[in-house]
Amino acid sequence: MGAPMLAQVAQVDTGDTAWMLAATALVLMMTIALGLFYAGLVRAKNALNTFMMSVSAIAIAGVMWALIGYSLAFDGTGDLVGGLNYAGLHDVTFAPRDGTTIPHLVFFAFQATFCIITVALISGAVVERMRFGPWMVFAALWSVLVYSVLAHWGFGGGWLQEGGTLDFAGGIAVEMASGFSALAAAIVVGARKDYGRIGLLPHNSVLVLLGGGLLWFGWFGFNGGSGFGTGDASVLAFANTLLCPAATLFTWMMLDLIRDRKVTAVGAATAIIAGCVLITPAGGFISPAWSLVLGVLGAIPVYFVIVYRPRTRVDETLDVLAAHGTAGLLGILFIGFVAQQSWNGVSDGWFYGNISQLGDQALAALATPLYAFGMTFVLLKLVGAVMPLRGPDHDESLGMDSIYHGEEAYPSGEGAILVTPEAGEEAPVPVAQP
Amino acid sequence: MKLVIGIVRPERANDVLESLYRAEVRGVSISRVQGHGGELERVETYRGTTVKVELSDKVRFEIAVTDPFVQPTIDALCEGARTGEVGDGKIFVVPMDRAVRIRTGEEDNAAVTPVGT
Repeated sequence: MGAPMLAQVAQVDTGDTAWMLAATALVLMMTIALGLFYAGLVRAKNALNTFMMSVSAIAIAGVMWALIGYSLAFDGTGDLVGGLNYAGLHDVTFAPRDGTTIPHLVFFAFQATFCIITVALISGAVVERMRFGPWMVFAALWSVLVYSVLAHWGFGGGWLQEGGTLDFAGGIAVEMASGFSALAAAIVVGARKDYGRIGLLPHNSVLVLLGGGLLWFGWFGFNGGSGFGTGDASVLAFANTLLCPAATLFTWMMLDLIRDRKVTAVGAATAIIAGCVLITPAGGFISPAWSLVLGVLGAIPVYFVIVYRPRTRVDETLDVLAAHGTAGLLGILFIGFVAQQSWNGVSDGWFYGNISQLGDQALAALATPLYAFGMTFVLLKLVGAVMPLRGPDHDESLGMDSIYHGEEAYPSGEGAILVTPEAGEEAPVPVAQP
Repeated sequence: MKLVIGIVRPERANDVLESLYRAEVRGVSISRVQGHGGELERVETYRGTTVKVELSDKVRFEIAVTDPFVQPTIDALCEGARTGEVGDGKIFVVPMDRAVRIRTGEEDNAAVTPVGT
């Protein structure tokens, strides 16, 4: 922005590129942090499976993104979807990506980490019961048919972006997409067999806080990198990524105190994530002071969605809808009120005389949830028609770790008899019959 | 006066607690134990190391009851813990010489009869 006209033949900027390389690594780490956060929130017998759902997103979405997803999202300015020129990384080279000062390859890798974590986020809705195979199939399809399309709409030159909707770092493609897809996934896959009957509690709240904290750390790359450089927008988003979650965390602790006279650790971890999500779409568009306000105001509805959801029959297990869908939607809308051209150089919101911006934001807040929910619902129904999404109740009782991974998160080691190759592989048989 | 010991699947522990509650059996202790009762061994692999895991996690219920409550307790344990697969567990009923409620010093039947019911 503000570059002299002769810079039409764009140059790669070393400072921008250096930061974007680091930011990309930070965002990739977020998927592992999410795995920690999710693993802590489930029961011990499902901890590895839950973590592996996030890890598998790196394998699946990473590859799908390179093969086709990136091209559909970021090739050309088609209204609904991009072209196929970049499929298989064709023409993605060291030359700067249009509109940035960083190599196209770096831009691709940065965007890949976004696709990966978005797929991983949805797993929060189906943990502790969905079979691992169908999960991987769903993840591959979703990363292309939902993420790439919404990424194109929101920041690849699609109809929302062209129509003036502002989304700095993924309120559309990452947060609302994962949140409302999670709701659909929870409905299609169904509740855990003991849901609503006995308490299903987090097995390790330290992992939850550690994961939440590392997510925040990574989010500085996620938001701070979404200006694709070290310019004003990136600096603003970086600072806001500190301020807004801090305000949310503070508000959440107060709400906890009012409700129960106790400040909870799992709540604090949730608040950190909700705060980061709130500022994700708005990071580079609103002033630091407004981002504090967003952190406070946004915390309240998210808090109450999280309190209310477990009283419903929808076992959206790890509250992706609340923390990502609701918070993302609020962040997108908030831009329409308080965006300031003096800070972002792009557009004003309603409070600064441009009410039409709010309309553009509302359009995204309507279209994205509809598309994400509808597509995810259909996709999972299709996958479910080909392969069962869930195993028998007995598997759920024993735990996903043992059934799908042949490992336990916390093996005691007692009674473990070494199976040596010399001894020969004998199929396990029951020693006694009933 | 008997001590009823029930060893059940951990995932059935809540069902057992519910059925004990319905049978009006109050006052239980539970502990996590590991054991082997002939069920299918699990095979696990950690890098190159493959092991058969012979010991399974179980939950052990200990319930001290007066004689009229022995059969209802056994029934409740069976009802809550049975899945029909190998590994559902065992119930042992053993005689008990004495019981003392620490708070009051009450002995025997008075000690194993829960208060406030």
